[in-house]
Amino acid sequence: MAVTKPSGVPQGPAPGYPDPHVEYVLRHGDDNLILAQRLSDWISKAPDLEVDIALGNIGLDHLGAARALLTQAGELEGSGRSEDDLAMFRNERQFKNLILVEQPNGDFATTIARSLFFDAYQVPLWRELSSSDDEVLAGVAQKGAMEARYHLLHSKQWSVRLGDGTEESHARMQTAVDQLWRFTDEMFIADLVDMEMAEAGIGIDPSTLAGEWRGNVTEALDEADLTVPTDEYQRWGGRQGFHSDHLGHVLGEMQWLQKSYPGLAW
Amino acid sequence: MTTTQTRPEVDPADLFQAIIDAEQKIEPHDWMPDAYRKTLIRQIAQHAHSEVIGMQPEANWISRAPTLHRKAILMAKVQDEAGHGLYLYAAAETLGITRDEMMELLHAGKHKYSSIFNYPTLSWADMGTIGWLVDGAAITNQVMLQRASYGPYSRAMVRICKEESFHQRQGFDILLTMMMGGSEAQREMVQDAVNRWWWPSLMMFGPNDSESTHTEQSMAWKIKRVSNDDLRQQFIDMTVEQSKVLGVTLPDPDLRWNEERGHYDFGEIDWDEFWAVVKGNGPMNRERIENKAGAWDDGAWVREAALAHSAKKRRVS
Repeated sequence: MAVTKPSGVPQGPAPGYPDPHVEYVLRHGDDNLILAQRLSDWISKAPDLEVDIALGNIGLDHLGAARALLTQAGELEGSGRSEDDLAMFRNERQFKNLILVEQPNGDFATTIARSLFFDAYQVPLWRELSSSDDEVLAGVAQKGAMEARYHLLHSKQWSVRLGDGTEESHARMQTAVDQLWRFTDEMFIADLVDMEMAEAGIGIDPSTLAGEWRGNVTEALDEADLTVPTDEYQRWGGRQGFHSDHLGHVLGEMQWLQKSYPGLAW
Repeated sequence: MTTTQTRPEVDPADLFQAIIDAEQKIEPHDWMPDAYRKTLIRQIAQHAHSEVIGMQPEANWISRAPTLHRKAILMAKVQDEAGHGLYLYAAAETLGITRDEMMELLHAGKHKYSSIFNYPTLSWADMGTIGWLVDGAAITNQVMLQRASYGPYSRAMVRICKEESFHQRQGFDILLTMMMGGSEAQREMVQDAVNRWWWPSLMMFGPNDSESTHTEQSMAWKIKRVSNDDLRQQFIDMTVEQSKVLGVTLPDPDLRWNEERGHYDFGEIDWDEFWAVVKGNGPMNRERIENKAGAWDDGAWVREAALAHSAKKRRVS
C-alpha cells in the first residue's frame, strides 16, 4: 500500500526513555492501558447487558496485560517506579500507545471498528511475542494470544452484524471503518526501537504482521459487505509520543485523583 | 376418548401451599396463584433493575480509580452487577414477562428499583462506602432470599450472595486503606461518605413492619423470610462493630448498645426523605433513568441490526 505520511511528525523516540527495552515494553503496556480506559467507559451504557459485560471483560483483559507490562517496564528501568507511577504520572509525550486506541468511543460502530483493527493486530503480535526472550513479555503474550482470539471473534462478529444488519448500521459501520483507517498503518511501522528489540530477540519487526492483519480485516469487511478503504493518508507518531489531542483528556481523567493527592495509599 | 385410569382430584392451590409448607420450591411450570406470580415479578424485576441502575454510581468512578488494581476490581464488580441483573431478569422471565417489557416499564417509571442508587457518588470513598454499607445491607437482605420459595429466584440468589460478600469486603478494604493511609484528607473523605450513606443504607430495608404493605403476604408465601425491621436491626448490630475497626463515627447520636434487648438502639429514620426518593424526588432519580433509557435508545439501532442480520442468516440457511 502506498502510504502518505503527514509532515511534521518528529523522528525518533521522545526524550526520557533511552533504554529501548523499557521503551518497547511500555509501548505495548500503554496500548492496553489506554484501550482498557476507553472500553471501560461503555460500562453501564452499552446497547444491552450482554454487550456491557463483553466490553467490560475485554477491557479487563487489556487492563491485566497493561498492569503486567507497566510493572515490568518499571522493573527494567530499575528506578523503583510502580505500574501506578507509570500510569498516573507520565504526560502525553511520555505515553507510547498507538494513536488508534486513544480515539474516542464514538458510537458503537466506531468502538467495534477500533477493536477490529486493534484485535486483528494483537492476534499475530501476541503469538509472535510469545517466544520473546523477555520472560514477562512472553508470559503476557501467551495469555494475551488466547484472549486476543476471543476479542477478534467478538469484534469481527459485531462488524458483520452491523455491516450486514440494517441500512443505518451499515452506513455507521462504513463511516467508522473509513474514519479510523488512517490510524492503522502506524501498527506496522518499524522504528529503531523495534529493530533493535527484534535483533535482541525481545521484540519483533511489526511490518511482518501487516499481511496477516490485512487478510483478517479484509475478510471481516468483505463478510460484512463493507468496502475496504483506499485512503492513502496515514497518521502516525504515537510510538514517539506524538499523539492526537484526545490523549490528554484520557490522561486528565485517569490521573486526576493521584495528581490531586499524590503519594498516598489507596 | 376413554380413560383407563383416574387420578384423585387435587386442588392446585392445596398442592401449591403443601409445597411451600414442606420448604420445597415452586418451579416455573407449577400452578401458582396469580398474586404470587405478580408479587414475584414485581420483586424480582425490582431487584434486577436495582442491580442494573446500581451500575451507574460506581461506573462513575471507573475512569478515575486511583490505582490500576482498584480500577480492575471496580470494573469486575460493576460487571458482576450486570451479571446479577441478567440472572434476575432470566428468573423473572420464567414467570411470563420479557426482559424488554421490564426495561420499558422501568424507563416509563412503572417499575421501581432500590432508592439507594438515587444518591450521587462524590468521592473515591463513596466506592468503599457503597461496598461496605450498601452491599452489606443488600447481603443482609439477600441471604434470606436464597431460601425464597420460588426456585429460579432462590437459585439466582445463591450465586449473587457469593459475589456480594466479595463486594462488601473490597469496600471495607478501600475504607480501611484510606483510614490507615495517613492522610487527613482521606479520613475526611471517608467520614463524609459514611455520613451521607448511613441513613439511606438503613432505608434500604424498607418501611417499618407496621407500614409495610407487602410483608405479611410475602412472609406467608415464604418469598420473604425475615421482616424489614429485624433485618435492619441485624445490619446495624453488625455494622456498628465494623465501624469501630475502621475508626469512623456513624452519624446517629442515639446509637447505643441496649443490654436488655441485646441490640443497638438507633435514632428515627427520616421517612419523609425515604418516601420523597421512592416517589422520584431524590437527588439523582431523573439522571439515573435518563441515562438508562438514553443508553437503551442510543443502542436501538445496534439491537435492530443484530436482529436483521440473524433474520437474513436464517433465510439463507
